[in-house]
Amino acid sequence: MIEIHDLHKYFGSLHVLKGIDLNVEKGEVLSVIGASGSGKSTLLYCINGLEPVQQGKVVVDGTDVHAKGTDINKLRQQLGMVFQQWNSFPHLTALENVALAPKIVKGKSKAEAREIAAQQLKHVGLGDKLDVYPSALSGGQQQRLAIARALAMEPEYMLFDEATSALDPELVGEVLETMRMLAEEGMTMICVTHEMGFARDVSDRVAFFHQGVMEEIGPPEQIFGNPQSEHTQKFLANVR
Amino acid sequence: MFDYNFHWRPVMKSLPDLLEAAMLTLQVAVLAMILGIVIGLCLALIRLHMRGPLLWLASTWVELARNTPALFQLFFFGFGLGSFGLHLSPYMIVLMGLTFNCAGYLAENFRGGFQAIPDTQIRASRSLGMNAWQAYTRIVIPQVFRIVYHPITNQMVWAVLMSSLGMLVGFRELSGETQFFASRTFRIFEYFAVTAVIYYVIVKLILGASRLLATRLFRY
Ligand SMILES: Nc1ncnc2c1ncn2[C@@H]1O[C@H](COP(=O)(O)OP(=O)(O)OP(=O)(O)O)[C@@H](O)[C@H]1O
Ligand SMILES: [Mg+2]
Repeated sequence: MIEIHDLHKYFGSLHVLKGIDLNVEKGEVLSVIGASGSGKSTLLYCINGLEPVQQGKVVVDGTDVHAKGTDINKLRQQLGMVFQQWNSFPHLTALENVALAPKIVKGKSKAEAREIAAQQLKHVGLGDKLDVYPSALSGGQQQRLAIARALAMEPEYMLFDEATSALDPELVGEVLETMRMLAEEGMTMICVTHEMGFARDVSDRVAFFHQGVMEEIGPPEQIFGNPQSEHTQKFLANVR
Repeated sequence: MFDYNFHWRPVMKSLPDLLEAAMLTLQVAVLAMILGIVIGLCLALIRLHMRGPLLWLASTWVELARNTPALFQLFFFGFGLGSFGLHLSPYMIVLMGLTFNCAGYLAENFRGGFQAIPDTQIRASRSLGMNAWQAYTRIVIPQVFRIVYHPITNQMVWAVLMSSLGMLVGFRELSGETQFFASRTFRIFEYFAVTAVIYYVIVKLILGASRLLATRLFRY
């Protein structure tokens, strides 16, 4: 379970997250929507400790992410992350991209790591691309590679930061399909997304962010069918 | 009008000595490059990440190495230190002068290489649980290495050619040795012509080896 208590984040004097309270249960799929600059990406970075926080805390399975004694590298193995820019490692083949972290972070043997990697690449539909370098993959394939790479660490949670918004429109579908598959397998997911269809169909709850505040959270039927906050109504009217 | 008679025999007789001197040239150039790469890497990282006196030192090093004649840099380690009572052997003078110069040039290449790797590569690595060292050595450095590979090759060629300045501080590498024989036999043109060919062959060998290695190293 991910517990977020009264989380505040500043970049210098810019107050980006203004007291977020949020719990995400095991097995839940949460979509996070909101305008550009509302702090959605920053929230994810605070959850896996890529950004420090100034007040409040994030607790993952009982471990305080930002506490001094926390082994953050160990904790991050529980928190897979997929970025907007797909960030494949260009100097490694697809297989090596996925096998690297299990080998050097988890200490798996080379053979074991490659086995896991091949399995995860098959899982996301890249079973025939094992020895291909990222430069020879499409954006959608590279994003699925990034998903496989995160999954190879066998995380308990997956954080998606607009995984599809840098893709050509015709490539969005395959990545959403992969995310949908993960959701059906029971993965706990927090998905920052602009894909309202995905948010409505796949998530258990949808959270709407507005200027660093979580204005509204609830089941998709409520957020999309009967939004309470005025800002949510405006935002949804614009994206439709 | 053209009354110079070429005499190649003395050159040919001292060819083994010249080739031995060529090995010395190659040795000092390779050593200077190895030291230059290590120091250049440090200088680049200091310039990217540090403040204070270390940054000042690194910047000054790079500025001097790149913006003053290589010969002066050599003279500094020779006559410069000599006037402070620190007398280095000709070999050390050339090695230190070359290293100073190579480190300065390579530092700028490395800095550009590091800046070309997007921050998101590090974020992605860290999000997988890699520590900072692993992210640097496994993800950043290999990509930087590819970017600076050709500049390093060029610098290696430059180090070989620049080592010929060694003859001006009494170092008997290839040029110094050539000068020695040439002035003894007065076959100046012949000696330097043959030595030029030897330099040419060395440079071509370096470039060829580098190209061959690149096709093995960089498959992406
Ligand atoms: N590293 C940073 N340094 C300074 N300001 C930052 C940094 N990262 C984000 N910000 C600022 O924090 C605010 C929230 O940014 P964030 O990226 O979390 O928004 P977002 O909701 O993800 O937007 P988008 O939909 O555009 O991705 C923005 O005003 C942004 O300019
Ligand atoms: Mg964002």
